[in-house]
Amino acid sequence: MPQMNMVEAINDALRFEMTRDDRVVVLGEDVGHAGGVFRVTEGLRDAFGEERVLDTPLSEGGIIGTAFGMALYGLRPVPEIQFADFIFPAYDQIVSEVAKVRYRSGGQYGCPLVIRAPVGGGIRGGHYHSQSPEAHFVHVAGLKVVCPATPEDAKGLLLASIRDEDPVLFFEPKRIYRAARGDVPSGDFTVELGRARVVREGEDVTLITYGAMLYEALEAATAAAAEGVDCEVLDLRTLWPFDVDAMQRSVEKTGRVVVVHEAPKSCGLGAEIVASINECAFLRLEAPPRRVTGYDTPFPYALEMEYLPRSPRILRALLETANF
Amino acid sequence: MSMPTEPRTSAEALGLNDDGCFSVLGSDGVVVGDTPESEEPSAGGADVDMYVAMRRLRACDARAAALRAEGRIGPYAGAAGEEATLVASAMALGPEDWIFPGRRDHGLTLVRDVDGGAVARFFHHLFATGGDPAKGRPGLGGTTARGARIASAGGPAAGHLCHAVGFAWAARARGEDVVTLASGRGAGVTAGASFHDALNFAGVLRAPVVFVGRYEAGPDRPRKGEDDATSSSVPAATVASGRVGRFPSARARGEAYGVPGIRCDGMDPLAVYRVVRDAVRRARRGEGASWVEAVVHPLDGVRGAALDPLVRLRRYLVARGRWDDEAERALEARTQGQIDAAVSEAGSAPGPARATLFEDVYRALPPFLVAQRDAVP
Repeated sequence: MPQMNMVEAINDALRFEMTRDDRVVVLGEDVGHAGGVFRVTEGLRDAFGEERVLDTPLSEGGIIGTAFGMALYGLRPVPEIQFADFIFPAYDQIVSEVAKVRYRSGGQYGCPLVIRAPVGGGIRGGHYHSQSPEAHFVHVAGLKVVCPATPEDAKGLLLASIRDEDPVLFFEPKRIYRAARGDVPSGDFTVELGRARVVREGEDVTLITYGAMLYEALEAATAAAAEGVDCEVLDLRTLWPFDVDAMQRSVEKTGRVVVVHEAPKSCGLGAEIVASINECAFLRLEAPPRRVTGYDTPFPYALEMEYLPRSPRILRALLETANF
Repeated sequence: MSMPTEPRTSAEALGLNDDGCFSVLGSDGVVVGDTPESEEPSAGGADVDMYVAMRRLRACDARAAALRAEGRIGPYAGAAGEEATLVASAMALGPEDWIFPGRRDHGLTLVRDVDGGAVARFFHHLFATGGDPAKGRPGLGGTTARGARIASAGGPAAGHLCHAVGFAWAARARGEDVVTLASGRGAGVTAGASFHDALNFAGVLRAPVVFVGRYEAGPDRPRKGEDDATSSSVPAATVASGRVGRFPSARARGEAYGVPGIRCDGMDPLAVYRVVRDAVRRARRGEGASWVEAVVHPLDGVRGAALDPLVRLRRYLVARGRWDDEAERALEARTQGQIDAAVSEAGSAPGPARATLFEDVYRALPPFLVAQRDAVP
């Protein structure tokens, strides 16, 4: 099985699917000639031509609005938003049009497109190249939201997303674009949407996370083990609809849960995760659920490593939860 | 409807100036402008069909307003005075072309597939019944008729303009001869970023799309010597910057994107037809998008009453011996009969089943929605 980093795995997925399905079209700022600011779409324009890989004007609303029309026609557009921080000019198109067209048309139309966008901090990207806006989209009926943490999942989830009949926000954690490396199945390979993965089994505390924070969580779990606390680490992979069953199974076993994400705490995805756990496993809880997240501040540049929920902060919450 | 093989006169040849409204019919229904009387601006013989469709739209609007006054349906915004733009622009398309309506463009859904039940669908939509193809969900804004190649009207004023661009581009990329019409009403069409996005993307992609915006003329009237829009007053100067003289210029707006712009009398069906038809042909030839500003006036104002599109087209048809009182009476009876039947059916039809509340959020019902559905008391 070939070893790839996440950039290579996503490129491999796009290349595979564009070969398999000629309805798949890639569009966005600098995705063609330049191959994408992170080189994710490198070589696709040479391989598939200008009608399949479109360099567009730098306008996110225009990119998503145009992709919406392509999807309505029957293509499978995969628009890229260069950084998730830039997605808000397209928010209206995503929320008012992409997410709602199936419902408002009584099922006559669907909008199968995959919006790819790098997310997250820790790369000295600054205020507008570091944010994690996933909760904004989880809140919108009609969207699916995905965030892989490994190259293998990046390929499998992206292929599953492109083949899905519903619109998918596909958030790629840029901090681990090249840092995460691993085996990636060649050829056709999908990972079912809506299924979490148990990355580390344990008995004492359930640690639920996704994206780049998986690695901080695993580091904290290793440190906790040295303190005699055995953590189970769950990688959500699909943020919406998320895998309640997997969370319930794990929390019913451990009775304790810590949720970790980069995005701000209040009304973040962690709030919904904790609420869901309260609904399905409240009587099995032996400690209050904890959230270790970014702060309720805009994303800072100089202090980004303070802002991010890195392993020492996670470890403290784990130990406090285990010893509650 | 048959299309003439070649345009006899283009808008250009009629001597349209940068800021003027292109017109074919005067307020008395007599052909004006530079069109020689010998040339028949009959919209390819579709003028009678156009009149019938405009009458149908006005009658549906009147009935909807009455139903609203009785409290039988929700908020409703009619299109009185705007029938010419809605009907003529839809009729200037070929049957293979697609329509992307705005939220105030329900009239477009009453032009196509009339024999297939468009009037009944319209009233099922207004009564929000289970018979509404959109399952009673959108409320104000028009129903969706995919079978009639009509897209689903969205929320914001101009978000759908980009959809028409993407759709048209995709069709052309797949080798299909399809033109899209994106329609909208009011200053909101051009005031927001979506208008810029749509024209910019259309220009870059050379998409075969025609944008038609209906502008209601504001209270300002051009003062002599300030403006060369001779046939009409024009939109209030407050709707946009980038004016030529006191008024926004359609041509100037489009030029920056490489998209030709033209302003026409939106209460003149033959003018709208001619302008949109030329734009559709241009798109088919692979020359890209066009932008049409159709100027309309409130029917209850002096100017609007004088320009009533139904009156003008009827006079025109009567003068040519293609319409008379008998035809009018027959049409009235037929239209009212159609509307009576539709209102009777939709007005007593049950609403959508409660379970449909959860359908079509996604292609398949996800477990969390199953749980919410099953927990409904």
